Amino acid sequence: MKRSTGLLVASVLGLSATACGSGEPAEPTAGGAAKVSITVACQPAKSAPKERQAWDDDVAAFMKAHPNVTVKSTDQQPCFDPKTFGPKLAGGQMETVFVVPVTNYDDVIAQGQAMDITQLTSEIKNWNDLRQDVRDLVTKDGKAYGVPNVHYGVGLVYNRKLFTEAGLDPNTPPTTWAEVREAAKKIAALGPGYVGYGEYSGGNTGGWHFTQALYGRGGSILTEDNKKAAFNSPEGKAVLQTLHDMRWIDNSMGSKLLVDWESLMVAMGSGKTGMMLGAPDVVTDVVGKFKGNVADYGITGFPEAKASLSGGEAYMINPKATPEEAKAGMQWIDFRFNTVGKGRFDYARGKANGNPVGVPDNAVYGDSPTGQAIQADRVKNASLPVENYDPYVKASATIPPKAEPLHAQEIYAILDVAMSGVLSDKDADIDKLLADAETKVNAVLAAKG
Amino acid sequence: MAVLRRNLTAYGFLCAALFCFAVFAWYPMIREFILSFQETNLIDPPTWVGLDNFEYAVGYPGFTEAWIATLQFTFLALVCGFVVPFVVALVLNELRHARAYLRFVVYLPVMLPPIVAVLLFRWFFDPGPGLFNQILGFVNLPALAWLDSPATALISLVIVSTWMNMGSATLIYLAALQNIPPELYEAAELDGAGVFKRIRHVTIPQTRLILLLMLMLQIVATMQVFIEPYMLTGGGPAGSTVTVAYMMFQFAFTNQNYGVAGALGMMLMIVLLVFAAFQLRLTREDKA
Repeated sequence: MKRSTGLLVASVLGLSATACGSGEPAEPTAGGAAKVSITVACQPAKSAPKERQAWDDDVAAFMKAHPNVTVKSTDQQPCFDPKTFGPKLAGGQMETVFVVPVTNYDDVIAQGQAMDITQLTSEIKNWNDLRQDVRDLVTKDGKAYGVPNVHYGVGLVYNRKLFTEAGLDPNTPPTTWAEVREAAKKIAALGPGYVGYGEYSGGNTGGWHFTQALYGRGGSILTEDNKKAAFNSPEGKAVLQTLHDMRWIDNSMGSKLLVDWESLMVAMGSGKTGMMLGAPDVVTDVVGKFKGNVADYGITGFPEAKASLSGGEAYMINPKATPEEAKAGMQWIDFRFNTVGKGRFDYARGKANGNPVGVPDNAVYGDSPTGQAIQADRVKNASLPVENYDPYVKASATIPPKAEPLHAQEIYAILDVAMSGVLSDKDADIDKLLADAETKVNAVLAAKG
Repeated sequence: MAVLRRNLTAYGFLCAALFCFAVFAWYPMIREFILSFQETNLIDPPTWVGLDNFEYAVGYPGFTEAWIATLQFTFLALVCGFVVPFVVALVLNELRHARAYLRFVVYLPVMLPPIVAVLLFRWFFDPGPGLFNQILGFVNLPALAWLDSPATALISLVIVSTWMNMGSATLIYLAALQNIPPELYEAAELDGAGVFKRIRHVTIPQTRLILLLMLMLQIVATMQVFIEPYMLTGGGPAGSTVTVAYMMFQFAFTNQNYGVAGALGMMLMIVLLVFAAFQLRLTREDKA
């Protein structure tokens, strides 16, 4: 314990306030353009050699097209880690171009940890084709702070093979919570170790999924003016009551609490967990990182959904970058992440490399001409059974997206208690759990003014 | 000249140690102290906020519960982590065979990286195929929820902590026991003292100083518990394993609120300083 705390204290508190600029004064090249060097995050790890090679090829192609720009890649995994984000910025180690998940947009923007790129959006050739509601998520007071890279809504990820084994039709997945409960019971009845429905309950993931389920039922975490908690409502109670009943009456949720993102991914990848709330990228992760069999997984619409918590990520620019570095960074974002048929949208290369192609994991361009072109290219080069994801695609088109609540992480930590409360205690008092959480969230909101 | 050279060597070693302490212990402590009175995003110049961070931390929902969980953990960890190693040391001291082997076995967990030990226990505690429930099932006892119930989560963390740390304490106790003059035991035996009377009237008084020292060191160490809740429970279930150090981590790295994290760290440090001062006083009184 002492060893751990020593490390913790050293890392938490040994944060140098020394501000280091990310770049040096630009030097002119022979052609006249100023030389500039940028660092870019998210290079695939060495354990994924084909993806890494594709990235390196893109870097080489970009530098050839922009001879004044030198690109250095970093391969920290995961690309965004809230635990190292602040210290990296403070220590001058943050890349010129970095990625931020939607959960952290508000905090990063509010704390001035991303550059105002409003004047640089013209570097993104398809900027106007990016969905307006998605661009709004990275906009504050009329200023843009990021280029949305991925956007998706919540669905119900399910194991088609388990559905078949349990006597359910995988082509008609549940559309209501009552049907989810029935399906979960049948899957859990397959035998010891089988779990019908998996759900998070710790490490802030419990609060995050409570929010997903609450939004789906039409509820809200906060009032319109963000002054008070609003989840102690019939919708909030329904979320917890359903989970409680599935866990303790149906016995369809297993007996193990899942306290972090990875734990449920491992459970899905094992092929013994039937369903979970999640976005299409869950399929990509379960198959790519947790050894799931790609043909087994499907995704359908969010049951009875009235709204869907927005998920995704955006690329942002280091606030310490020089104007030249910021411009080069935006050009890189445009080249690698926003060009149809190139970079991350080079589906033909992805298919040739054996990557899973076909998951509808990105609605960032919506139905715009760019979005349609990307979708056509994805279907053309699909290596996965795209029909397994059709129910999700059709259902999601009609479900409005809803942003994360203000102070999301602190609220999720508080809601973890309610989630783990119903999943760990048969006699849990749901009204009290919600009332306690409401009091705590209100106290946090009051303290923050 | 030889004296100077010998002293220079000593100062050389001292400088290296001082450098390490300065960089990895004192500087972070000073930074923590400063940070606890500031609001910062780690980019712009920080602003001084007086005692606001302390007020925010004290008023934060879960602050009291975190202290209660920390004190409960400390108490339980002392009951197990203080008594068990002492008893193990007594047994090892009495053994005539395989002492070296058993000492190695007892110390082995200390050599495991904490993360490995914790992950090992994650499997032991698994409510399904976990080792502990398999053992309970083997002797026809009902399975326990271990980490998955607010009633048993904290004690489960204590079990992990005790297993991880008892090796060092056992060896220290064993060294103290071996320093007790054997004549004292012989005299006690001649007076007709049994095992328990020998422990009560010879062993404990002779090791009193080391027992006090270890008690205080263990209080200081266990109150800073972090890895176990972070890796095994994520603070749950129902917030039952959110300790002060875990809450500090959440403020710093999840909420990006370094000032409040620093304030919590200062509070924890003050509490631990009180214990340390108490321990120093006891030690001095004992010497006197």
